Amino acid sequence: MSVTGERLQPSLFERSRPGRNRPRLPAAPADALDRIPAEALRATPPALPEVNEATLVRHYLNLSQLNWSVDGGFYPLGSCTMKFNPKVNEWAVRLPGLADLHPFAPDETAQGTLAILWELQRLLAEIGGMDAVTLQPAAGAQGELTGILVVRAYHRSRGDTERSEILVPDSAHGTNPATASMAGFRTVNIPSAADGGVDLDAFRAAAGPRTAGVMITNPSTLGLFEARIVELVDLVHAAGGLVYMDGANMNAVLGHFRPGAAGIDAMHFNVHKTFSTPHGGGGPGAGPVAVRAGLAPFLPGPLVVREADGRFRLERPGERPASIGRVRSFAGSVGVLVRAWAYIRAHGADGLREVSEDAVLAANYVRQRLRGTYDVPYDRPCMHEFVAAAATLRRETGVRTLDVAKRLIDKGFHPPTIYFPLIVEEAMLIEPTETESLETLDAFADALLEIAAEARTEPALVTGAPHTAPVRRLDEATAARQPNLRWRVAPQGGAGRGVAPARAPGV
Amino acid sequence: MAYGPHTGGDRARMLDALGISTVDALFDDIPAAVRATGLDLPPALTELELMARLRGLAGRNRVDLASFIGAGAYRHHAPPVVDQVLLRGEFYTAYTPYQPEVSQGTLQTVYEYQSLIAELTGLDVVSASHYDGAAATAEAALMTCRGARRGRVLLSRGVHRHYRETLATYFAGGSLAFDEVPLLADGPAAGTTDLAALERLLADRDQPVAGVIAAQPNVLGLLEPMAEIGRLGHAAGALFAAVVEPVSLGVLAPPGAYGADIAAGEGQPLGLPLAFGGPYLGILACRDALVRQIPGRLVGMTTDTEGRRAYVMTMRAREQDIRRERAASNICSNQALCALASAVWLAALGPGGLRDVAATGAARAAELEAALAAAGAPRLHPGPYLNEFAVRVPDAAAVHRRLLDHGVLAGIPTAELEPGDPALADGLLVCATELTTSDEIELFAFALREELLAGMGTLPGAGPPGGAALPALGSDAMEARP
Repeated sequence: MSVTGERLQPSLFERSRPGRNRPRLPAAPADALDRIPAEALRATPPALPEVNEATLVRHYLNLSQLNWSVDGGFYPLGSCTMKFNPKVNEWAVRLPGLADLHPFAPDETAQGTLAILWELQRLLAEIGGMDAVTLQPAAGAQGELTGILVVRAYHRSRGDTERSEILVPDSAHGTNPATASMAGFRTVNIPSAADGGVDLDAFRAAAGPRTAGVMITNPSTLGLFEARIVELVDLVHAAGGLVYMDGANMNAVLGHFRPGAAGIDAMHFNVHKTFSTPHGGGGPGAGPVAVRAGLAPFLPGPLVVREADGRFRLERPGERPASIGRVRSFAGSVGVLVRAWAYIRAHGADGLREVSEDAVLAANYVRQRLRGTYDVPYDRPCMHEFVAAAATLRRETGVRTLDVAKRLIDKGFHPPTIYFPLIVEEAMLIEPTETESLETLDAFADALLEIAAEARTEPALVTGAPHTAPVRRLDEATAARQPNLRWRVAPQGGAGRGVAPARAPGV
Repeated sequence: MAYGPHTGGDRARMLDALGISTVDALFDDIPAAVRATGLDLPPALTELELMARLRGLAGRNRVDLASFIGAGAYRHHAPPVVDQVLLRGEFYTAYTPYQPEVSQGTLQTVYEYQSLIAELTGLDVVSASHYDGAAATAEAALMTCRGARRGRVLLSRGVHRHYRETLATYFAGGSLAFDEVPLLADGPAAGTTDLAALERLLADRDQPVAGVIAAQPNVLGLLEPMAEIGRLGHAAGALFAAVVEPVSLGVLAPPGAYGADIAAGEGQPLGLPLAFGGPYLGILACRDALVRQIPGRLVGMTTDTEGRRAYVMTMRAREQDIRRERAASNICSNQALCALASAVWLAALGPGGLRDVAATGAARAAELEAALAAAGAPRLHPGPYLNEFAVRVPDAAAVHRRLLDHGVLAGIPTAELEPGDPALADGLLVCATELTTSDEIELFAFALREELLAGMGTLPGAGPPGGAALPALGSDAMEARP
């Protein structure tokens, strides 16, 4: 059905027929719920779909084939590090010894997992040039929240309660200012300098007794290393603030730059970017936070501790009284962390350095190939990603970055991140990663050059793209104005509502 | 071992195109003073070495025990079809569906997840997922503050301690406050939310309450008077958020039926492995009226330019990449693959299967209750429960530890779950699911009786009852431990 013919799939609910899912579980005793008060029980069963296993498999297999994926093709999304996800890591997390361990398992029954987590704390500390690591945060954004709450706790522990501002460069990920707000700080946006780096004068003017800290992404979201990082750190420290680094772009600098060694006080890793754990269609990720020794008392617990006799254990409640407390349940997204551990152990120090070198080389190579056809602002070597722009192309042809992105789909590539960073007009943030071959990089660059040519000769071909995807461009305005966020099952098991006027694919 | 494709020749060609001789030149923006020359990491492992090490480490975890532990994470039968779907590279190696034309697979599965959870909770709007039950509960609390435009939340101590602590962390930065509502220490409703205390806390006119949060079942496994809690909250102008265990919703009344405005919960029981705590699935759902307050991604149905049904992330103006410091939450990455797992699991079981799982757990739990009571450990609370309950065991931590030697993971000591609560000093919180066998129950009861008698200074009696399958008391893996 998906290779030929209609590729779109009916909903799971449309595939349902009463009696189609015959039970394969032992039936519950008829009196199982008699001891439970009637008012606590549900009056009618939830209207879940009834499908047999073959129907279920076909549904999801056909849906999967409507997706772009790293396994299927090039996915040059800037700031996302869509590198290959090693298969041995998927095997690892399915080992019953790891998968079946309960989060409240007593320490003596969890020595294998605790050993992995303890070692990962140390590996990340070494990579970051830091002293202590919490593995608890569930994603990069939660890592940021953790880091900024740690900054807050540090200042409060010194009786310094007047620091209410976090300075954020205007090139930052949107999560940075959103995090500062969640942590109760006012965000002060600082414009970037003309060369794309931090504007030290602007930071100097903004930093003062109200400055709790700075959130800096390095390499920045422009794909540039902050060449003035040392001066920035000194300046913030002199004002009494701390420096938090968004480590989303660590894939560029493994073994080349250790943030802690440069005086940065705290950072998070996005293990789903740098350390190859799969993105899963949006998650799960993990966002471990690494800090210098002075901030270790404030980290959320439980950390994994190794006793003198070599045994591992989780910290007990209250063991580090200055801790900011939990940011989620249990020890963290352990399955994700095991994959990160396996990735780091598979590479070793030289392997990780080579990862970054290949990622940076690939980005510079593609950038070089696009120069002269697309705008390539900031004329200096990039790190693992770079900004190209279609601003000139738009002025000359009317074709926008959005159109170029959609046309790439027709040519067999996932579009790069578009309209980000916000400070570059018609931006495309392109991150090839180290796992794409030279042939792929060339084919991608060729495709972008072809699209620029098409914009001049056949602009409608570009502005009407994509032509070959399962669907054409979507009516996003109606989706937002009249939200249809769930299927509504008709009372008698008939055709559901929520199908809107849309043409339903055949069952 | 590298996973990348580049040969020496490939690198040379790229360097050549850039007009440089070594890749070092590309790192010149890193100031010399802070440029690292390498890392001190253990040597790279071959794939064989890596797999051997992982097998060894996995073997050092004891997952052979007869397990009666729940307390926020529950083992359930996962039909193999669930993992087969999760192993589709098209799903697990995809990114957030920002380009809908090439992401209809993920988008439709998320829409269907939202629909399934809406059915389960009886609510209208379901976020595409949050990190876990704790983070979802914290976000629910923040939603009540935005929705009610008030700054104080009342949180039942029947909500899991990890969730309460997470909420406290999320609230630490801002101007919002929360108070905990105690549980009754005794009486027929012991262990459930103290409604009189709730009324007193709601009556403080100087600190109007935005939201009341209670769990069903609560952390002690007990069923709470949710409709009454919601009624009290609503009467004071507060919103009502229910923290739910989703498998229980196969048989228990859904939050939408007892007046909850928001439901939050841990989705792990819906087919996700225990995995020592994650990745799990934060469920967050609400009534239509609160749709602008719900954080996280939402997928909606729409049409493409040719009128075909299609799906897209929608109402994105709430999100951090657009609203930045004014966003509803900083959440970006979520738990999409875990949401997919739960959707496949729910569809594989269907309404009948889900009911059977929930009801079988209840039946097994009743069997467990009777066996433990006969062994000398009666229930700690008299009220109704579904499949998890606390029993009275003196010196529970020590008994719990000794039961490991019998091959039994005897739940969790209640004092470990709720340190410092005198009413919970001597207890074990235990649970049963459809995976719990009568043999395991018999083993647990026999071993517990032996330990309780030993604790009273009485020598253990006869050997194990006939038919009880005793797991080996140790394993090669344990002996291999350094």
